[in-house]
Amino acid sequence: MGILPLHAGRWLLCLATVLAIGLLAVACGSDDESETTDGAATSPAAGSASGAASAKTTVIGFLYVGAVDDGGYNQAAYQGQLAVEKLPNVKAIKAENVPESAEAERVMEQMIQQGATIIFPTSFGHLDPAIKVGEKYPNVTFLHQGGLKTAKNVGTYFGASWEANYLAGIAAGKATKSNKLGYVVAFPISQTLLNINAFELGAKSVNAAATTTVVFTANWCDPAKISESVKNLKAQGVDVLNQHQDCPGAGIQAAEKAGMFSVGYHVDGSKLAPNGWLTAATWDWAKLFVDLVNQVRGGTYKVSQVRLSMADGAVKLAPFGKAVPKDVRDQIAATQAKLLSGQLQIFAGPIKDQSGAERIAAGAKQPEVTSLEQMNYLVEGVIGKIPN
Amino acid sequence: MYASLGEVIAQRAGITNLGVEGCMLAGACAAYIVAAETGSPYLGIIAAFAAGGLFAMLHAFLVVTRGANQLASGLALMFLGLGMTAFFGRPYVKVQITPLRDYAIPGLSDLPYLGSVLFHHDVLTYAVFPLAGLLWWFVFRSRWGVMLRAVGESTESAFAVGLHPARIQYAAVTFGGALAGLGGAQISLAYAATWVENLTQGRGFIAVALVIFAMWNPLRAMVGALLFGGAVALQLQLQARGVGVSPLLLDMTPYLLTIVVLLVWAQRGRDAFPAGLTKVFRGTG
Repeated sequence: MGILPLHAGRWLLCLATVLAIGLLAVACGSDDESETTDGAATSPAAGSASGAASAKTTVIGFLYVGAVDDGGYNQAAYQGQLAVEKLPNVKAIKAENVPESAEAERVMEQMIQQGATIIFPTSFGHLDPAIKVGEKYPNVTFLHQGGLKTAKNVGTYFGASWEANYLAGIAAGKATKSNKLGYVVAFPISQTLLNINAFELGAKSVNAAATTTVVFTANWCDPAKISESVKNLKAQGVDVLNQHQDCPGAGIQAAEKAGMFSVGYHVDGSKLAPNGWLTAATWDWAKLFVDLVNQVRGGTYKVSQVRLSMADGAVKLAPFGKAVPKDVRDQIAATQAKLLSGQLQIFAGPIKDQSGAERIAAGAKQPEVTSLEQMNYLVEGVIGKIPN
Repeated sequence: MYASLGEVIAQRAGITNLGVEGCMLAGACAAYIVAAETGSPYLGIIAAFAAGGLFAMLHAFLVVTRGANQLASGLALMFLGLGMTAFFGRPYVKVQITPLRDYAIPGLSDLPYLGSVLFHHDVLTYAVFPLAGLLWWFVFRSRWGVMLRAVGESTESAFAVGLHPARIQYAAVTFGGALAGLGGAQISLAYAATWVENLTQGRGFIAVALVIFAMWNPLRAMVGALLFGGAVALQLQLQARGVGVSPLLLDMTPYLLTIVVLLVWAQRGRDAFPAGLTKVFRGTG
């Protein structure tokens, strides 16, 4: 029949595909697939051997839930890995697209087979797999990003991105003409709620009429949904967009197209929005990662929940766009100075939730970070309901 | 919308393509790469059509020529699409493209409320409506449609009256995949204007569910797609208007409605069901 000659082409396609998948597997760093069988027996010994002499090469494993060039969360963490790699006698292994499941345990065990004594599971859902693997390999230290609990050899670290979002809120509150801000987020986890609340409080500090409308997409990275949400917000008169998504790029572009102002997240996205870019809360993990690695190698690391802030330089404000005028930049710089000195506390009382109920009493100091990270409400001025 | 139209055609020929998701991803990725390299989103559309079609042709080859299980082949195609596009799309994650332009229809787009929702879209969105009508005419009113449906009902009978079932199935599945590719392009070129892994996020499966809901009728598939697309859009819009709804709940409405349709219209559904979907023809046509 007439289509016969095409068969050869299709076989080639099959072949090319198999090759492509093979390459992909290698690229993901699981290159010792064949040696994984009997890990538990051999590798604690290997782990302690290399841990004893810190002058020897230390192998460090990094796990990412997405791609390290996602223009967001994972890219920011990868910058930290690159800084660690510059240390002498360090070898880093990375694994991308590691799901938040038992698959993560397998990846971590493989890294330990390759001699890893320090592991950075960088996604929120990598914590439980890390604790599980940690029980099996007591000589390996796990440093988890954003975790709310620890184990004997599993510590956590994170940063107060909400401080930067408070400052971004000032830029937004000044920029808006409709007094309507929008926030497109994924899930109602406490760190997201903290960001939204801080943003609204920051905006309100300079513009009493500013409100923030929240849209939940129920997905860490669905660009089509993000863009759709941006269009809807625009139709409601919202003219400033902020996001808590792993890949904020699509939203920034959609906002630019709609003529809105835009606040990014995780990394500087100003190139995507030459006109509407305001700023973003970004991460700078380099110093922290290097410090933690040095502590573990020197034997001085103690398991803890490290929480950094703008004062430590781990959370930064991305460069301002041209939409932020000089006087606003100065005002933000002044506020930032007060924030760093402790003179200004974002969540000092009184803080009222959407129903008007007082959640942090008037005159009360800002709660500790660990208790802030339990936040489960939106503050007055935020429009939208937390889905359950 | 494109994806479910395509699946209607494929299933009318008696072939289920569960790999619609893979075809959409292939189309979305190819469109993005071509648009990024050439600077023209319109060339991207052509690439998407070709990529989606090529991908589905693989399915047709496995199922029609090799007699493989349709469900297994379709699922394999889905995962293949996911992996391949992740791999080939990787260098383009950070690349920006010129997205498809939105065209407002003068006069109509200024209407309050619905104006900007209904009459302010990209070319792909406008084109899908006449296409649905055309496909309806093709399936139910044209000679070719009769052939297509004959093959879908019984390849043996079709073969007996001198048709070439394999050729028709190849054509139908490939065309269906090509349309799914356009659906993918719509996401990568118009809606999202970015490329990330798994950009389509399961929308291909909604398309498959829609075909059953639509009982293999292109026009009803359109209504269904608008309804389901509308449900997602509506929940995002309700949130933007400050009304609290659960995005998780609304995201499952397409599947819930499909189950309801299967329950309520079971008998009518059976009548519309192309009988050939249940078996694989091994003739030499």
